[in-house]
Amino acid sequence: MATVARTGTPVLDVERIRKDFPILDRRIHDRPLVYLDSAATSQKPRAVIDAIVDYYERHNANIHRSVHTLAEEATVMYEAARSKLAGWVGSDDPATIVFNRGTTEAVNLVAHGWGRKFLREGDEIVLSELEHHSNIIPWQLVAQATGAVLRYVPVTDEGRLDLDAFDSLLGPRAKLVAISGMSNVLGTMPPLRRIADDAHAVGALVLVDGAQLVPHAPVDVRMLDCDFLTISGHKMLGPTASGGLYAKREHLEAMDPFLGGGEMIREVGRDTSTWREIPWKFEAGTMNIAEEIGLAAAIEYLEPIGMDAVRAHEEDVAQYAIDRLNEVGARVFGPHDMTERGAEVSFWFRDIHPHDLSQVLDQEGVAIRAGHHCTQILHRVLGVPATSRASFYLYNTRDEVDALIAALEKAGELFG
Amino acid sequence: MSLDDLYKEVILDHYKNPRNKRELPEAELSCSRNNPLCGDEITVYAHVADGNVADVAFVGQGCSISQSSASMLTEAVKGKPVPEALHLAADFRGMMAGEVDPSEDEFGDLVALKGVVKYPIRIKCAVLAWDVLQEALAGAGEATASAAH
Repeated sequence: MATVARTGTPVLDVERIRKDFPILDRRIHDRPLVYLDSAATSQKPRAVIDAIVDYYERHNANIHRSVHTLAEEATVMYEAARSKLAGWVGSDDPATIVFNRGTTEAVNLVAHGWGRKFLREGDEIVLSELEHHSNIIPWQLVAQATGAVLRYVPVTDEGRLDLDAFDSLLGPRAKLVAISGMSNVLGTMPPLRRIADDAHAVGALVLVDGAQLVPHAPVDVRMLDCDFLTISGHKMLGPTASGGLYAKREHLEAMDPFLGGGEMIREVGRDTSTWREIPWKFEAGTMNIAEEIGLAAAIEYLEPIGMDAVRAHEEDVAQYAIDRLNEVGARVFGPHDMTERGAEVSFWFRDIHPHDLSQVLDQEGVAIRAGHHCTQILHRVLGVPATSRASFYLYNTRDEVDALIAALEKAGELFG
Repeated sequence: MSLDDLYKEVILDHYKNPRNKRELPEAELSCSRNNPLCGDEITVYAHVADGNVADVAFVGQGCSISQSSASMLTEAVKGKPVPEALHLAADFRGMMAGEVDPSEDEFGDLVALKGVVKYPIRIKCAVLAWDVLQEALAGAGEATASAAH
């Protein structure tokens, strides 16, 4: 079954794509796996798994150190992965990509390298109530260290950012706006360019948390005009602990190093040292070489499919899920129209606690996420202790939505 | 593995009709804790008189396992001497670790929670109320000790 886009052209052959993901053949409790937890981590296509195996079987060596053949091959592959990721987010300068373990480490890198160096007492960091803990806690730590103050853009009842409130929060003391490009709970996609323009008008920088956005929508840092973009590799078909940070060159050059150690130095003295040029200034120690090479394979897998097609497919499947959840009386959080949201669909079903719900669904082979999804502030705003979340990717189908709904009905019978 | 092992009738009954789910104004001991992973919350109140758990109650919110475990806890420890209540807490933890084979006599309805052992992620749900009870009753020892001096 091919997804039909609004233009009527088939854009993505989901049955062919599903064959590329070995894990989708698994059976759970003697039922086919229905994996609806890609917002937590995506599954990996054979091409990514093969790339990692090939690296370890044929090229494994430490990078940027030795002069033997394997070291040279590994270095070339690792740096090619950097160029690949830079191009994938619209940057023509590989040095604007710092590799690290992903979005959490990327935010911490900006918080330490930029925040601790440039923030002063009374400076304001503007976040939103939507943010994942990884885009809150690093700023709390920086605020405690520098005397900077956190401000939160409220979320409206429909799950959108309150942009009027954002405008009034944005004063002359605002130095940074750090905002999710796509909420991991509500799917909300704030108008990032408008936010960036407004922030820049008062002299604030903009960090976009791309944990969900980059895997699920076309992203171009030139169009967003963001100063920082955090990138999760494992949520976009790549290995765990891959990904990193995009940042405008001038910021990376001005920032202090985050982790110190081997490979990030130019010359080491007894009391002080000098740093390598960017991006290596931020890559201390042996990096996740195989993982970043695996991420490059993930991008190569996605390139011929195209992110417009991925996004169109997810719009179709997730809209179907939202409509069916509404039909069976679930309360779906966030905007209900897929044109303004991503495919992370959180809901509350008949007062069954999300943990119980997800346990019953697992017995039916359906994997969803239950809990607060690392967004305690947002859940307090929503007024629920936890939610259930079904999240979709390019390999999910409408049939799997039907399996979800059938499993929900079973849970309803058990707890009714 | 069948879900019936986990969601036994008696568990669902305690979940839907929790026993002793209320605040306890006369309680001199109380403790609250939440499970940061899932957001479950339990507060246990205890009133100790003459070394016995004279009354015990709980409030909270969470999944059927955490809430039914709390409900069963209140029935199991009410009226017991404090050391016996603490002993039961230790045995319950032992059952969840698969080390103690529970007897109906000692455990009553709590036996129903044995099925949780097969679902390791849910063990923390079942144990939450017992952690809270233990911490609350730890204050009873101090109260008794200071009274003796």
